[in-house]
Amino acid sequence: MTDVLVVDNLSSGYGAVPVLRDVRLSVPAGTITAVLGANGAGKTTLLRTITGLVKPTGGRILFSGDDLRAVKVEQLVRRGIAHVPEGRGVVAELTVDENLRLGGLWRKDKADAKKATAAVYELFDPLARRRNHLGHQLSGGERQMLALGRALVARPTLLLLDEPSLGLAPKVTAQIMALLKHLRDTTGLTVLLVEQNVRGALSIADRGVVMSLGRIVMSADADQLLADDGLRHAYLGF
Amino acid sequence: MERFVFLTFDGLSRGAVYAAFALALVLIWRAARVVNFAQGAMAVVTAYAAYTVSDAVGSYVVGFAVALVGGLLLGALVERGLMRFVGHANPLNDVIVALGLVLFLTAVVGMIFGGEFRAANQPFDTSAIEVGGIPLMSRYDLFIWGTVATIVVLLALLFTRTAIGLRMRAAAFSPEVSRLLGVNVGRMLTLGWALAAVVGAVAGVLILPTELGLHPHAMDIVFASAFAAAIVGGLDSPVGAVVGGIIVGLILSYVSGYLGAALTPVAVLAVLLAVLLLRPGGIFSGVRARTV
Repeated sequence: MTDVLVVDNLSSGYGAVPVLRDVRLSVPAGTITAVLGANGAGKTTLLRTITGLVKPTGGRILFSGDDLRAVKVEQLVRRGIAHVPEGRGVVAELTVDENLRLGGLWRKDKADAKKATAAVYELFDPLARRRNHLGHQLSGGERQMLALGRALVARPTLLLLDEPSLGLAPKVTAQIMALLKHLRDTTGLTVLLVEQNVRGALSIADRGVVMSLGRIVMSADADQLLADDGLRHAYLGF
Repeated sequence: MERFVFLTFDGLSRGAVYAAFALALVLIWRAARVVNFAQGAMAVVTAYAAYTVSDAVGSYVVGFAVALVGGLLLGALVERGLMRFVGHANPLNDVIVALGLVLFLTAVVGMIFGGEFRAANQPFDTSAIEVGGIPLMSRYDLFIWGTVATIVVLLALLFTRTAIGLRMRAAAFSPEVSRLLGVNVGRMLTLGWALAAVVGAVAGVLILPTELGLHPHAMDIVFASAFAAAIVGGLDSPVGAVVGGIIVGLILSYVSGYLGAALTPVAVLAVLLAVLLLRPGGIFSGVRARTV
């Protein structure tokens, strides 16, 4: 299977404080890779460095063979990378409809962008009923649906999702995880999923990587991580 | 009663200009979280350019067009050449740089055109039209209302009906998310400054004929009134800017008409103080649900 994303010896940080240290990671096309680890492990920084929100201090990031370090953040979505940041990234002052339109504004094929938006409304019924509500008027679950839906309007090849279950009810979390699995299986979407909800993430992921103190300390098939008590205790704490 | 009606119409005309000027301040505040204290000085620069060209070619329309284009270019230049390089971590940095720009622009205008008041021509008669024996408004007042109403409608259409308007709003509210969605936030910021400068330039060209005329400091008091209008309405609210402008225009007209023109600066300060004490976010400041 071809690797869509290759992270090679990646290092980055905030000012003089290093966070990522020589991270190596490959994400095969059409798979879900779960990035796990405790708070402060560097999971969010990994995603932010991949999309250029944090500048790398070393290493390379290859997406379909192209080095992303030379690509501007606003160009990434045109290349097929959608990043749903932590905290859901909904523009609170815009309506649901405007948020979704924003997701497809860059697209030349306006008809397909409209079709993708309609598909999101079909997928997330609560959004269809609240299309004129402002972002800050939505519940946590609806905001997550909106952020995810807006990313899908771009019809990405690679979806970077940062803590989609944060603050959500278990039922909503399960729905979102099921949706990601469905998208992978039906559209071949590749997902790099940062999650604290280890069981939920591994239940849909093909692979799991565990981060600690800015490094990847463990990488294995998701099934193996879930089944092996020793691995779970050592790296995931349960 | 006649006097009250006249002052009301006069206040509405002045208020319309303050509204436009306040709108310019709100545009930049929403785009960059900067109170552009140089807005008045920038409007003076474009007004001098407009009236100089207007006098030279004998056409008010050409001068007006020069104000629009000049505002657009000056706004973009100030953002790209100056404000972009200011560290925004401390809001005081923007204020200091903007005040420095005021000194710079005022000095340059003074060096080129001198410090004397120059007449600013208007395209229409400023004598009031009488209705039922009561002087209401002049043709020039109608021109002001029409121009400001056009600006407000065009801006509303831009922000609510166009893709570029949606990009500008998104970039102002959530720059990082907007970048991830393919929006060139830097370009939107430049456009925001340019648009605001155009609106400010138009407001300057409109109000100068009703004041003493062109002077390097001609917009100082106007800026103070417009700033009060923006605070009254709420710096985040375009609707608030318009309503705030009208409120401040009316108050100043009544104070000037009944108590004397010398008291208008005090009235501006009193309005500002009252709003900051009673509703610091302005009348139209939004109430937002807070996630805990």
